[in-house]
Amino acid sequence: MTISIQPTNNPPEKLQPKGWLKYFSFSLDHKVIGLQYLVCGFLFYLIGGVLAGAIRIELTSPLSDFMPREVYNQVLTLHGTIMIFLWIVPVVNGAFGNYLIPFYVGARDMAFPRLNAVAFWLIPPAGLMLITSYFINGAAQSGWTAYPPLSITTPAAGQIIWILSVLLLGGSSIFGGINFIATILKLRRPGLKLMQLPMYCWAMLGTSILVVLSTPVLAGTLILLSFDIVAHTGFFNPSLGGNVVVYQHLFWFYSHPAVYIMVLPAFGLVSEILPVHSRKPLFGYTTMVFSIMGIVVLGLVVWAHHMFTSGTPPWMRLFFTIATAFIAVPTGIKFFNWVATLWGGKISLNAAMLFSCGFIVNFVLGGITGVALAQVPFDVHVHDTYFVVAHFHYIVYGGSVFVIFSSIYHWFPKFTGRMLNENLGRFHFIITFIGFNLCFAPQHWLGLNGMPRRVAEYDPQFQLVNQISSVGALIMALSTLPFLWNIFQSFFYGIKAGNNPWHALTPEWLTTSPPPVENWEGEAPLVLEPYGYGKKEPIEIIKTEEE
Amino acid sequence: MSAIVTLVTSVMLGIGGVWAAYNVNMLPVSASTNAPVYDELFRVLFIIGSILFIGMTALVIYSLFHFRRRPGETGDGIDLEGNISLEIFWTAVPAIVVLFVGLYSYDIYDRMGGMQSLSSHNHENHMESNAERLWGGIGSGPIETSSIDQSSSLPIELTAMQFAFIFHYPKGDIISGELHVPVGKEVSLKMESKDVIHAFWVPQFRLKQDVIPGQPTILNFTPTKSGNFPIICAELCGPYHGGMRSNVIVDEQEDFDIWFNQNAKETISSL
Amino acid sequence: MTSIAPKEQSSEKEVQTEEHEDLRLFGLIAFLIADGMTFAGFFAAYLTFKAVNPLMPDAIYELELALPTLNTILLLASSFTFHRAGKFLESNKAKDCQKWLLITGGLGVAFLISQMVEYFTLPFGLTDNLFASTFYALTGFHGLHVTLGSIMIMIIWWQTRVPSGRVTNQNKFPFEAAELYWHFVDGIWVVLFIILYLL
Repeated sequence: MTISIQPTNNPPEKLQPKGWLKYFSFSLDHKVIGLQYLVCGFLFYLIGGVLAGAIRIELTSPLSDFMPREVYNQVLTLHGTIMIFLWIVPVVNGAFGNYLIPFYVGARDMAFPRLNAVAFWLIPPAGLMLITSYFINGAAQSGWTAYPPLSITTPAAGQIIWILSVLLLGGSSIFGGINFIATILKLRRPGLKLMQLPMYCWAMLGTSILVVLSTPVLAGTLILLSFDIVAHTGFFNPSLGGNVVVYQHLFWFYSHPAVYIMVLPAFGLVSEILPVHSRKPLFGYTTMVFSIMGIVVLGLVVWAHHMFTSGTPPWMRLFFTIATAFIAVPTGIKFFNWVATLWGGKISLNAAMLFSCGFIVNFVLGGITGVALAQVPFDVHVHDTYFVVAHFHYIVYGGSVFVIFSSIYHWFPKFTGRMLNENLGRFHFIITFIGFNLCFAPQHWLGLNGMPRRVAEYDPQFQLVNQISSVGALIMALSTLPFLWNIFQSFFYGIKAGNNPWHALTPEWLTTSPPPVENWEGEAPLVLEPYGYGKKEPIEIIKTEEE
Repeated sequence: MSAIVTLVTSVMLGIGGVWAAYNVNMLPVSASTNAPVYDELFRVLFIIGSILFIGMTALVIYSLFHFRRRPGETGDGIDLEGNISLEIFWTAVPAIVVLFVGLYSYDIYDRMGGMQSLSSHNHENHMESNAERLWGGIGSGPIETSSIDQSSSLPIELTAMQFAFIFHYPKGDIISGELHVPVGKEVSLKMESKDVIHAFWVPQFRLKQDVIPGQPTILNFTPTKSGNFPIICAELCGPYHGGMRSNVIVDEQEDFDIWFNQNAKETISSL
Repeated sequence: MTSIAPKEQSSEKEVQTEEHEDLRLFGLIAFLIADGMTFAGFFAAYLTFKAVNPLMPDAIYELELALPTLNTILLLASSFTFHRAGKFLESNKAKDCQKWLLITGGLGVAFLISQMVEYFTLPFGLTDNLFASTFYALTGFHGLHVTLGSIMIMIIWWQTRVPSGRVTNQNKFPFEAAELYWHFVDGIWVVLFIILYLL
């Protein structure tokens, strides 16, 4: 049923520039903000990717010969910081969260639209600041972890800019988190219960709780660190009586949950994508919800597993080993449930589906190495080696970034009203998957055999494997090209998608593509069973170009 | 039928994992009492991990292939929203696996000496532990060897700085850029950094401990194989971090004594 | 299945943000939880430093209790007077409300002055030792909150004037937000006082 009430006049807050200009304005529309996050994040992804390429080029030879050593450390610091704070966190939270959450709760916008716009507009200046610091006096050189005393002794300007930039991004993240919590808990359409929400809402609720609880601790820590650098206090400076391990505790109290801030939303997105393309209800909704909350609770008490070699006492090592290992239980439940969602479905092997399944495979490997790394005796050998590098790239790239691509293939028709080219998308998946695994799988071996991370030079016996890894990186870099071409081409010439090309049941598909400013013409639909596939007469799958 | 297929597949997976764990060389030479214990843990984790990973991957690929939408096919999949007993099953299985891995690695940790109280190693500073804290301590070797009188261990002091390791032998007052140790003797390394955080890592010993400024750490190990192994700094410590390396030279006792007496400021007959 | 349940339409589309209940206080509470976590981080750092890092032999870390106790009383009293002002706002007695707000703001400023006096009479400076640095960081960060709160109170005081003030019983949010924030800052001080001065 359609209710044809045209909004008579836009509310004053929506008096914004029309057309493409609105994407460069202080728009309060959650859909505009979501796409701003997405495009902005993707641009930073390209920059971070170039930096990663520079690292891989340096590592094709065992000598430090491609760039000066200081620059190498700046590059790896910027690569980590950009990829985490300017690409994955803003995109899996900010971009898809802003775009989808109001639809999912049946609202016309987020709870605090103005705060939302502020949260987004903190990101570009913070990112630009971070990048320009390279050209001013050299960027920060102490890694994205900024461990003191190294971060105190390296050139101060770059480090201070890095701190300011991360503080701004942290602020943006906190504002976003508050907004999501308020929207999900308080803005639900009447008649919609929490346990009827699409899974992404739960993922974002859990993530936002982590953001609100842990990001401020990082902010406080970085403020103390900046005092050490600027005012010569000695919080983390041992020569002034400070304690470097305290910094690590405080840092990881945020930065371990940050991993869940990067992957929980991805879990949520996958839970939306898999049921649609396998035409089956999401398996085990209730256990999925509880496992998200389990991950949130456990995620807050596992931080010291990053510090097993930092001189932590044995009882602490044991506690964090066990707490960390147990995160595998709720995480495992989610993966089994996803496979059960596929089981017995009618699976369309499109790009969205392939990327989601690629995510499952990659993340399972990353999770297994994660459980291994949680074991103190195992970790004391591979800590701070390429094994760890491989592990967390399997989590954040093989996990989150694959999901971001999957989500773009899934929601592009909603964003733009046009379909992406599926064949090009499948090609993109295949080369990304091959490139990614070629790049990172060999790094497990490197780490086990004695190559530490963050080095520009290494033992010549590792050259061949490093070169294989670099070839993988090259393939990954090239894999961006068909994607960009696909986006560009489909944006202008893609076939018209219609309102609901996937015949999905979640609320964002029950409106036009792209949706109107008010999200729905008329009242928001009440979707009580967002995964009610298989319950009614067979539906005709829309013909896409390859069929 | 499917049960048999599943059984056969998992048995084959298990055998394959065990074979790979024992036959594919994934770790460097093992050269300390710590290393065989570590390798045992590695093999167990590798077998469990391979089974899980290959199993999950196979399930995904099988589902994608078997349940794919055939050309011209319409309609939804089956209406299946969950299955309590299945969900309980795959909550319980990972929980049991994780519990097993946790207990097992606790055992390994204990065998590596991680649970021993540090004060027993740390004879000199026992009383003034408030003034000087020593942390770290994994890797004092299996309990059996470390139950040897502590005074028989060879104390060495390690000072790390950008970008070098300096070893000091209190007995004999030797200062060296390389670590010389005899085979089969427990070494007790007391480590402190002069500037930033470094880490002492010998891959062949399967041991790593951060070298922290302002907070001495201790690391005990017993080499079991003579040879020349790299010491690698594993914590980003500045521009030349990648070049911050040294060697540990493990000698037979006689060769070590020769080296020691050549370098010692005062001659000691035997250590 | 999907059911589209129409609700009665308001004849005119109103400003969207006013379709739903006022969530600003909810948002503020979430923000204060976040802010509290920053303090929690500082407290954790302080307690760890205290437990782990021995002080340098010549360091002075004894704190006088007189001024901080006075500070505690000032802040607790100001929480009470703020609450009192709120009661008057509810009963539309703007003059009394303004009076109590002024007292609250005065107590806040008195706290800041007293804090300054303490700073200038302390025998150690910011960079003297770890304890000194942590002390100044904690009290300074809290003092920053009190400063912000005092400014807020002054703004509210100005905005509750009759007849042209914008904060009234009908538009209470700014008042409530400032009051909640003030109670929060007060609560943090009590924790800080216990941890820093009494422990």
